[in-house]
Amino acid sequence: MEVLVASAVGILTATGLYLVLRLRTFPVILGMSLLTYAVNVFLFASGRLTIGAPPILTDGVTTYTDPLPQALVLTAIVISFGMTAVVVMIALGAYLGTNDDLVDDPIDAEEEDAG
Amino acid sequence: MSHWIIAPIVLPAMLAPFIVLAARYHIGIQRIFSLVGVLALIAISAGLSWTASDGTIILYQLGDWAAPFGIVLVGDMLSTMMIVLTSVLALFVLLYVIGSGWDDRGRHFHALFQFQLMGIMGAFLTGDLFNLFVFFEVLLIASYGLMIHAGGNVRLRAGVQYVLFNLLGSTLFLFALGSIYAETGTLNMADLALRAQMISGDATVGIRVASVLLLLVFAIKAAMVPLHFWLPSSYAEAPGPVAALFAIMTKVGAYAIIRVYTLIFPPDLDVTAGLHDVWLMPAALISLALGMIGVLAAKSLDRLVAFAVIGSMGMVMVAIALMTPEGIAAALYYIVHSTLAGAALFLIVDLVKSSRSSLTLSAMPPIAGAALTAGLFFAAAIAMAGLPPLSGFIGKLLILDASFETAFGVWIWVVVLVASLISVVGFARAGSVVFWKANSVEPTEETEPQAPPHFLSYTAAGGLVTLMAAFTVFGGYAQGYMTATSAQLFAPEPYIAIVVETEGKLSGATEEGNH
Repeated sequence: MEVLVASAVGILTATGLYLVLRLRTFPVILGMSLLTYAVNVFLFASGRLTIGAPPILTDGVTTYTDPLPQALVLTAIVISFGMTAVVVMIALGAYLGTNDDLVDDPIDAEEEDAG
Repeated sequence: MSHWIIAPIVLPAMLAPFIVLAARYHIGIQRIFSLVGVLALIAISAGLSWTASDGTIILYQLGDWAAPFGIVLVGDMLSTMMIVLTSVLALFVLLYVIGSGWDDRGRHFHALFQFQLMGIMGAFLTGDLFNLFVFFEVLLIASYGLMIHAGGNVRLRAGVQYVLFNLLGSTLFLFALGSIYAETGTLNMADLALRAQMISGDATVGIRVASVLLLLVFAIKAAMVPLHFWLPSSYAEAPGPVAALFAIMTKVGAYAIIRVYTLIFPPDLDVTAGLHDVWLMPAALISLALGMIGVLAAKSLDRLVAFAVIGSMGMVMVAIALMTPEGIAAALYYIVHSTLAGAALFLIVDLVKSSRSSLTLSAMPPIAGAALTAGLFFAAAIAMAGLPPLSGFIGKLLILDASFETAFGVWIWVVVLVASLISVVGFARAGSVVFWKANSVEPTEETEPQAPPHFLSYTAAGGLVTLMAAFTVFGGYAQGYMTATSAQLFAPEPYIAIVVETEGKLSGATEEGNH
């Protein structure tokens, strides 16, 4: 269980990071989504991994799973979903306006950047 | 329990949807509501600051849940000072926006502006790390909208970079929060402060990783080298008044570093020993140097100001990295100064832009209203470069004084003084090319004389410069207040006691619930 969750987080993060370092917006946005999946699983695991235990106090039960990370993950999912939608819209706008979807600075702006 | 402390968050949160739903086609009504809202914010923040100024810590438990279980808002001297600064800055930015008509060049400016204020206020007032993340997201999502306000391809493209960089920062923030929760089992700042002290010296790997991750996140917000790459193009491409409002956003990062690294991981804590002097200080010195070299190297006026912002954040971080009461007091003084100076410069750049075809540093025919704009630029540049008589000089003096007897004294003195010299040269060159050489260029036939900017625009930029002058004249009082604030930060016991011990629902459950 621990190995499975840990390697899932690791592989998602590695793939996400690789894609984020690409030059075009589509792979970068895909990479961002993978990174947010990775962080969601990571947050979920931060309350320790417990199988088949209730998150709410019940009579006659001694093992509980921590309910707080589940609430945190829910918030994180909603926020990252909204943010991905925003970045897709802005990237589409930039793509349709300039006819390319590179994420780096345009050449003339780069010259001004040198410093 | 007074409810006033949540008003700075609720008021803009209610105003923004009202503006979108009820006044979306009436720019006049939007302006009135936005302005009244900001004036009310100033009054409320000033009241809160007055309450907190004697050392009182204002606590607000949302839903009456006791501290580690519920979310709390906490107002101490530092947070209330920052919300006063935010609301005053917002007033001047709003005046400029109305005067220059920026809000009419795209939709929903005022609604996004209010949401942005809500996020910033929340980030300053919250006493919970996860809540801080949520408010960061609120202020970021509003800033994405503001940054691409009025559209344009260059701006959209810079917007993509800005959004992606900040999304990466948010992901990193969540990783940091996850590690902290896994190590300590809480995300309430005061509760964290207690638990971080309990961690024994031989099991510090997890909490060390978490504290470094958290520092990285705040360093992205504060645009510290090497995490500053998002700032120059996004601030330069954003609409002028929006960039001026963003001057407070880098300070949110600085505020978070001050809060977390005095309260949760104080400098004398073994677990995170070495973080400030080994890592933070060199990065801060390099930011300062690189920002000011950027001022000298920039080929256009907007990028020059963006690099000046990086440099001044470097100066703030140098003072923070000292982690002494004098250092933090100097940092707080410099934070207020650099917010006002950065915002004034961005507004002045926009004044120049309004009647100039581009902002490149080359001689062009004189702009409309050149004399007044040039005078304002002169004053703001003096303040930003830290020359007497304006507040930048006092701020720098305080930082140099605080660092005199520390191990980094020599380095700080050398870098600060050389960087100041370089920035003076950079600003002087820019000012003389843009305003002075313009008089020797013959106006061509096709350029029609343009109307000078609206008087409200000048009121806004001039108001910020006047505030800086006032901040210099009353520098003694200001410095006294900052010293008291810093003393409160270095004696966090009352803060922790009030947050953890105030009664509410479920209070007392920690003892039986610990396992």
